[in-house]
Amino acid sequence: MIHPIRSLVAGVSMFRESLSMAIANIAANKLRSFLTILGIMIGVTAVIALITTISGVSASISDSFTSMGAGSLTVSTPGSDLKSGLSSADLDDIAALDNVQGVTPSVSLSVKAARNGVTESGLSVSGVNEFYFVNKPDTVESGRAINPIDIEDMSRVCLIGRDVMDSFFYGVNPIGQTIYLNAMRFTVVGILAENTDSSIASILSGSADILMPYTTAMKINGQSLIGGITVYMSDADASDSVKADLEEHLDALFSFEDDTYTITTMDSIESTMDSMLSMMSALLAGIASIALVVGGIGIMNMMLTSVTERTVEIGLKKAIGAEPGQIQIQFLIESFLLSMIGGVTGVVLGLIVSALMCSVMGTTFAISYGAIALGVGFSAAVGIIFGWSPARKASKLSPIDALRRM
Amino acid sequence: MDEIFFQMRGIVKQYPLGDEVSTVLKDVDLDVQQGEYLSVLGPSGSGKSTLMNIIGCLDLPTSGEYILRGQSVEDMDEKELAHIRRREIGFIFQNSQMLQRMDAMKNVELPLIYAGVRPRERARRAEEMLVKVGLKDRLHHYPNQLSGGQQQRVAIARALVTRPALLLADEPTGALDQATGRQIMALFNDLNQDGHTIIMITHDINIARYARRVVNIVDGVLTEAPGEVTFA
Repeated sequence: MIHPIRSLVAGVSMFRESLSMAIANIAANKLRSFLTILGIMIGVTAVIALITTISGVSASISDSFTSMGAGSLTVSTPGSDLKSGLSSADLDDIAALDNVQGVTPSVSLSVKAARNGVTESGLSVSGVNEFYFVNKPDTVESGRAINPIDIEDMSRVCLIGRDVMDSFFYGVNPIGQTIYLNAMRFTVVGILAENTDSSIASILSGSADILMPYTTAMKINGQSLIGGITVYMSDADASDSVKADLEEHLDALFSFEDDTYTITTMDSIESTMDSMLSMMSALLAGIASIALVVGGIGIMNMMLTSVTERTVEIGLKKAIGAEPGQIQIQFLIESFLLSMIGGVTGVVLGLIVSALMCSVMGTTFAISYGAIALGVGFSAAVGIIFGWSPARKASKLSPIDALRRM
Repeated sequence: MDEIFFQMRGIVKQYPLGDEVSTVLKDVDLDVQQGEYLSVLGPSGSGKSTLMNIIGCLDLPTSGEYILRGQSVEDMDEKELAHIRRREIGFIFQNSQMLQRMDAMKNVELPLIYAGVRPRERARRAEEMLVKVGLKDRLHHYPNQLSGGQQQRVAIARALVTRPALLLADEPTGALDQATGRQIMALFNDLNQDGHTIIMITHDINIARYARRVVNIVDGVLTEAPGEVTFA
């Protein structure tokens, strides 16, 4: 029997020769090899670019959700027939629950503004309470925030944003000035800071043109009860217990009727978003991997042609003592190599494309090692799977039939 | 010298030909001694290539017994046949038998690669063989840089490099001009003097005559040819 170490050395040497033969064969048909590789390259590029780009988007979304306040709950309260919303007193009760830092009502409306003959309609107004400013301390650029007395008195005061200021108070300091909103006289008490945050979360949450006491906003709107609130927690980890307390409280308020309120946590929005994105990314990667299968078929086609073209060579090699397995390995190495060249080029291109995409979309570019492993692994698998049958065919060629073609 | 090299008894080879069966070799008996130089002479279609394939373990007989160096070749699988070819037989074919993308050295090394010989040893033996066939200054030439005769010498070196017991040549001068053919035949003669067993398959009586023993094959029947044989 052959000594195991000697046979190992022989195997390694055989492998090296097969590799150099494969390289020579690939190099001998440069254009054909390139076209064959292209399929795999495009497939891997697409997979890598999609996965990396989407994971960048998803990271930036989850970042902005955290900055938006993962420690808050959004409660929508359509209410029951008897009680179709929350009163100011209810807000105070909720704010007094354990682990609750504060509550802001969500009252929004659209108004028509007028001053000195200038009018503009469709301006968005948010009715807020004093806690709104506690929670977002950078909201007021100059002037003052809305205080509890404004809310108590339903004062006609407002804070205006940059756009409103430019439209109505060009060259004038608006603080202390008058503006008519829906024909009611309001005093401007503050200017809102420009929203420099261009994050996706801020776009999602939107920003109002004008802020005023929520009681005033409700009065303009003709509503007496609040349809929705945001509850801020003092401890973000207490989300579950706060939610349970809230449910208990709201059940009691709305006489235990069904469908009177819904509580949405930011965590749940974020996880819904995340699962949507990962589903989308899996779907797109799935579509892109069709390109890989097509690339694999291309490799198979080239290898089959190559086997036919090299029939004489195969016969000759068999005549001088090549075993079927040695012939098979040589062809398999060749298809594996073709596919890997495509795969590695694809990974590099994919990373370049996704870096460009990330910089265009303003998301953070992070190399996904999982995606690289997937791309390289997939192309290796494609090379072996689609190279298997041509290599098998080559190894099974009868040396006589092969030599008869000489 | 009189040690038996191989023994064929009642070799029959049949191929299916449509619905019928075509018998290419009919009950062939052939004994070859160690160190013999034998020509198998026959016209095309006589079955001489089939016989060569069976002698060279490229093909198995339909029936009959073939014992090569004490081993029965029947019932061997592809891998075992490859091993026998690698160890015992050096093939020389008519033409285009160098691999185009390899130089002379690499072509000669190829059988040693399959046999698992280490690179340095491979190069040493390949060079030794190329020197022996007179291609000392053509070691790194590619097939397209070599003449037909030189290519045939490379093929001979490749056949010899594994130190096979038998050199099996199929029309070794078929693609060569007469002068080059004579040189190749002189080389065969030298190799036989050195103790190599040689079997040469040819349709050319003038080439067959270089051998020390000639057998005729016509329509799959093998006969010993003590004297000169000519074809109509």
